[in-house]
Amino acid sequence: MSTPPTGSNPARITSEVVAKVAKLASLQLSEAELELMTSQLSGMLDHFADIDKLNLSNVAPLAQPFPLKNVFREDVVVAGVDRDEVLAAAPAAQEGRFRVPPSSGLGEQ
Amino acid sequence: MTQPFATVVDIARDIASGNTSAVEVLEHHLARINEREHDIHAFNLVTTEQARATAQQVDADIKAGKKLGPLAGVPIALKDNMCTRGIETTCSSKILEGWKPPYDATVVTRLQQAGAVMVGKTNLDEFAMGSSTENSAFGPTKNPLDTTRVPGGSSGGSAAAVAAGFAAASLGSDTGGSIRQPASLCGLVGVKPTYGLVSRQGIVAFASSLDQVGPFTHTVADAALMMEVIGGHDPLDSTSLPQPMPSLTSVLGQGVTGLRIGRLADMPDGCEPEVLARMDAAYAALQAAGATIVDISLPSLSYCLTAYYLVAPAEASSNLARYDGVRYGMRVETADLHSMYGATRAAGFGAEVKRRIMLGTYALSAGYFDAYYGKALKVRRLIANDFAAAYEKCDVILTPTSPTVAFPLGDKTSDPLTMYLCDIFTIPTNLAGHAAMSVPFGTGAHNMPVGVQVLAPALGEPTMFRVAAELERAS
Amino acid sequence: MSNASSAPQHSTALPNGWEMVVGLEVHVELDTKTKLFSASPNRFGDEPNTNIDPVTLGLPGALPVLNKHAVELAIRLGLALNCTVQPSTFHRKNYFYQDMPKAYQISQYDQPINIDGFMMLPGDVRIGIERAHLEEDTGKSTHIGGTSGRIHGSDYSLVDFNRAGVPLVEIVSRPDIRNSDQARQYVAELRSILLAVGASDAKMEEGSMRCDVNVSVRKPGEPFGTRCEIKNVNSIRAVGKAIDYEARRQIDVLESGGTIRQETRHWDDSEGRTHTLRTKEDADDYRYFLEPDLVLLDPDQAWIESIRASLPMLPAARRAQLATLTGANKESESVYVIVERGQDEYVSAVAQAGGDAARALVYVQQAFAEEGSTPKVAASDIATLTQMERDAKITATQAKTILSEMVANGGGDPVAIAAVKGFEALDTSAVEAMVDAAIAQQADAWSKFCAGEEKAMGALVGAIMKASQGKADGKVVTAILQARRTQ
Repeated sequence: MSTPPTGSNPARITSEVVAKVAKLASLQLSEAELELMTSQLSGMLDHFADIDKLNLSNVAPLAQPFPLKNVFREDVVVAGVDRDEVLAAAPAAQEGRFRVPPSSGLGEQ
Repeated sequence: MTQPFATVVDIARDIASGNTSAVEVLEHHLARINEREHDIHAFNLVTTEQARATAQQVDADIKAGKKLGPLAGVPIALKDNMCTRGIETTCSSKILEGWKPPYDATVVTRLQQAGAVMVGKTNLDEFAMGSSTENSAFGPTKNPLDTTRVPGGSSGGSAAAVAAGFAAASLGSDTGGSIRQPASLCGLVGVKPTYGLVSRQGIVAFASSLDQVGPFTHTVADAALMMEVIGGHDPLDSTSLPQPMPSLTSVLGQGVTGLRIGRLADMPDGCEPEVLARMDAAYAALQAAGATIVDISLPSLSYCLTAYYLVAPAEASSNLARYDGVRYGMRVETADLHSMYGATRAAGFGAEVKRRIMLGTYALSAGYFDAYYGKALKVRRLIANDFAAAYEKCDVILTPTSPTVAFPLGDKTSDPLTMYLCDIFTIPTNLAGHAAMSVPFGTGAHNMPVGVQVLAPALGEPTMFRVAAELERAS
Repeated sequence: MSNASSAPQHSTALPNGWEMVVGLEVHVELDTKTKLFSASPNRFGDEPNTNIDPVTLGLPGALPVLNKHAVELAIRLGLALNCTVQPSTFHRKNYFYQDMPKAYQISQYDQPINIDGFMMLPGDVRIGIERAHLEEDTGKSTHIGGTSGRIHGSDYSLVDFNRAGVPLVEIVSRPDIRNSDQARQYVAELRSILLAVGASDAKMEEGSMRCDVNVSVRKPGEPFGTRCEIKNVNSIRAVGKAIDYEARRQIDVLESGGTIRQETRHWDDSEGRTHTLRTKEDADDYRYFLEPDLVLLDPDQAWIESIRASLPMLPAARRAQLATLTGANKESESVYVIVERGQDEYVSAVAQAGGDAARALVYVQQAFAEEGSTPKVAASDIATLTQMERDAKITATQAKTILSEMVANGGGDPVAIAAVKGFEALDTSAVEAMVDAAIAQQADAWSKFCAGEEKAMGALVGAIMKASQGKADGKVVTAILQARRTQ
């Protein structure tokens, strides 16, 4: 785990990191947007550094408010949605399927 | 406070008793929409024809002697992030412009079964991200009490619709204050239920562990009735609470004798003096009615903004990843899949949404998870612990809902952080999963309404509504 | 069909003392009626996009609800693999791809439902199982245009979401496998176990069982080398071939001074080689976080124990039982085949009817390939047949003929069939006379056999069988010839 940059002057986040995050988030940013995003995120992260003061070593994270458990559904088919209705709302459809431009293959799992 | 518009309770009673018809009530509301909607822009879509058909059906059912639901004929507006079958649901975003869901949200089905008449889908900050409704891709909503000012956000349209008399009640969603703050700014009652009390099925997700749906109404009694209709277990939502929906309408007259009201010992800076003055008056009124005021503290309160603005965007970055142009919504066609994603999302999302997606993605990313998202979840635990300790000493807590009254359009749009500070009193409740509601309590600067927030522990709605009812009596 | 061999003799051993280290990740589709988180049908082969609903398509506002039967099958599978079943959570694995409707997959991350199991392979080889967790499947893409129907160079893709959301269990072995035979045995045995407990139909050809292989090489005693993951391994046979190819590829790289790059590779079965699919640098940061729309899965002990009690006898136990019954080696091919076919109970029935269990095992393996687990031939009739051979009333060859007829006719009385065919085994003195006659007639062959040429026996045996019109028992003839030679 690498520690985020601290110190008196350097930006809390660099535009290289912002560009990588934009790629992860599949958001195309122009050069100008990248610059603005970097400065805005940097400002926010400066503000959010207030929690660095807290001693959280013995604190368990709270991801969901209440400790519910074992919520199930019986294995019974319930009518879904109509294919034609759904494909009519699709940006592109062909032969009963959703059509998309080709990928470069990197996403295949 | 005088009530210029008919309440849900009054309308339902008048229609059921035959004093008026559902069609007549609807036409009054449609006339008001006709008159002022172009100034206010509360709606993304007014569903005139469907509303008329529903109202006619209610009247036919009455004539046929059929059993009526508790909201039969009552005009209701729905925030445009709630799925309505065959009716556009856009989240005020270009990326969903024109999209019609093939199914209804659970709360929509429950309103329909209760006989409510939907008049339209209301405007919001895009994907519920904002505190002023200025982040809508379709233009802002104005505060009906002063159209140079914001109605609050993100459920600004739902608040404006009720405040302007376009609907007798509406539903909004609240992730960090998006029902309570607009309620306060528009002089309405607004409720964020205990997390899991109202189903999230069919509500377009912003931050899944924080989102809840609740009503905007003119009165506490209306809010209690709306809550009883929409609340309660839903097997289609795994986070739905298994406990039965508590009765709220029956507790409203019980008063506050013997209740302990928590008062924050150290208040954050930034509250307008008039807001603080109204708070003092609220404490005094409750004391006069037999409650005790207890000083409490929430030491982690000041860190809640940070925790929220790391947790909520993190969950949002994942919830909004599905808007990729593949199966529905907007698509920017390009030569290959990944550039299609990038271009579609760049064109489809507004600036605030992009900012929060970026912030959230960063907070979850490898190497930064522990420092940001991980830490934020721990702060969340701290505030939950703080509340638990406080609720040993008191039954409810009172705070201002918003540090200020409604501010002018454009006032806080230059720096995102300024806007985020609107939510300092509302955010802690979402993090803890508790209940809270805003009750109108007089006016502040510029004669604009001030709301008092009543906070209660999980499933503390009955006590919360008792206190709200008392505040309403005293206001 | 089991590809197990009776002894782990490996014919394609690696050169220069290298050792391969292999781990397998197997995804199996659970045999439920509906998907993992939605009530859409879980069915193979339907028209595209006919088994969909808002949850499957990742529509705005859709929420997941966990399928209880999928949990039950995951626990069955975990217990059958000797795992500990523990409280578990779900996480989101975030990445963009056309077959990912939510742009995240709901899976299990640091707290999976089943952990720390194992499977035994022939030769008492123990393969550890790290985890077997629940996750949802993706949709299916077809790449159109281009030359080979593969992604590279295609014009567009079409996506079908019928499979999206189907319940999967991902079974991750520890890197305990040391050769391709073991890998194939592991997959075959896993398949048998899955079928036995009813968790999955585990058909690699239909994609209800998919294998990814992790391969690295090292000199024994050294730390593990860099591994590569191989995808697109679509049959048990391909598992073996891909592993052997990849191990050699890595050895070639290392021996010529190179280093192995950690990457994912694609197995090309027609070319018999692997290609780079993506490197570690290209790999996504999945940003795992707890799924906020789901709650803790904490099956109570009573439920787990009732599932354990309802498990059938597993293949390994059935093989052991059959081996004890018949005297065969529990790792022999015939034992594996009979249990694989589900015919061990039948063999047991033959034994209970008084038959010779060892012979029954041989008969059933030979003649019952098409019969399934409940053969039409009465067990008692097979019992009789085994007794006839055991008591030397008929020869082994004659028994085989009668057996084929019984199977072809769906039954029959072996005594009657033998009588009709005029089968009877010659008694030993008659056979001895025939042997002596053959020795006299085939003097040349006889002297060669006495001089140590074993092949020469063939001519003698052939002549005797012909003269006896098949009524001499070949084993008896051989024994007498060998005895005469030493006299």
